[in-house]
Amino acid sequence: MNSVHDMGGVDGFGPVVAEANEPPFHEKWEGRVLAMQRAMGYLGLWTIDQGRASIEAMNPIEYLSVSYYKKWFLGLERRVVEHGLVGADEIAAGHSLRPGTPMKRTLAAADAVRMTRGKYARQEPASPRFAAGQQVKTRNLNPTTHTRLPRYARGKIGTVEAVRGCHVYPDSVAIGAGENPQWLYTVVFTARELWGDDADPSITVSIEAFEPYLAPA
Amino acid sequence: MSPHDPPAHDHGSELGEMQLRVRALETILTEKGYVDPAALDAIVETFETKIGPRNGARIVARAWSDADFKRRLLEDATQAANSMGHSSPVGSHLIAVENTPRTHNMVVCTLCSCYPWEVLGLPPVWYKSAAYRSRAVRDPKGVLADFGVTLPPETEIRVWDSTAETRFLVVPMRPAGTEGWSEERLADLVTRDSMIGTAMAGPPEVAAR
Repeated sequence: MNSVHDMGGVDGFGPVVAEANEPPFHEKWEGRVLAMQRAMGYLGLWTIDQGRASIEAMNPIEYLSVSYYKKWFLGLERRVVEHGLVGADEIAAGHSLRPGTPMKRTLAAADAVRMTRGKYARQEPASPRFAAGQQVKTRNLNPTTHTRLPRYARGKIGTVEAVRGCHVYPDSVAIGAGENPQWLYTVVFTARELWGDDADPSITVSIEAFEPYLAPA
Repeated sequence: MSPHDPPAHDHGSELGEMQLRVRALETILTEKGYVDPAALDAIVETFETKIGPRNGARIVARAWSDADFKRRLLEDATQAANSMGHSSPVGSHLIAVENTPRTHNMVVCTLCSCYPWEVLGLPPVWYKSAAYRSRAVRDPKGVLADFGVTLPPETEIRVWDSTAETRFLVVPMRPAGTEGWSEERLADLVTRDSMIGTAMAGPPEVAAR
């Protein structure tokens, strides 16, 4: 969807300010939110892309004005209610009012210390359509649902630099339409192609593009 | 809020409210049997004490010291990283990109906050900020200037936007004057930011940030 999360090339946010000796969490609750997000993700009821989609679907003004972990919290709170795991009345009450739904698996402390990110590579359904070195043009796609093709890189001519294997297709899995695995490519663009003739010729930018995002140039 | 208050990461006044709301949700999820508070403790502790940029720094230091390891790292960073035996194995698709006098690599996630947390820990606030996400792909030189980095005119910049589940680790250039250093000592020069591409490693006389 075309919302404010898609920030590449937007002006006006000012300089990047780094904090010296930054702690992993600034507030205790931030760590609890991250941990709950992971433990709830482990239940296997939604995917990482459904999680991203629920954050992208926030009101743009809210998205820009709340902190990172508060966005996670709001997304998680919304998702547990949407999935029927928790009632809105329980959120309002601040404690449970009914027993929970039995789960196939929950995360135990012993497994929580050895964290591995999910695997998204899948068996390839067909041969890749493009090869390294080939010119491609990104499609001008504007779905109102989740996509990983940023706006600044739509309708642009680039070069396939690498074929990265076949992966779960976020655009599909986020709307509950199955994993629909697609080939993934690193596609590199000149800054001039992306930003116009005034752009610095010594800069290139790459995206990781799924095959449905691409057409032969 | 008085002018003497520290900068608010969560807009100050929301703090108490967030603590309460988060605690309430944790209570509900625990009572309903979805989460085990001990597992939540373990996750927080792991990120606070075990997973951090030191893991990535050890990988880079080995690549600087061992040409065969560097070749394997650039070929298949997932496998090379996992051969180091860190507490958080890399699930999949870690890609190492090497800085050279010709090319400087810089990593961003314009759409959210994708980051190789297994080797770098949790991303810093600036990496997740609108300022970085918006400008890194449009004006990387300006972003580098914000970090006090100026590249030689002959160095080209390559920005990697992490738009899928592939994750990128920058292998910064080894600082001059570190010949014969042990991996342990070299790792002290490899800062988190140098592995994102917003800083250079070293120099030898400066302790790692």
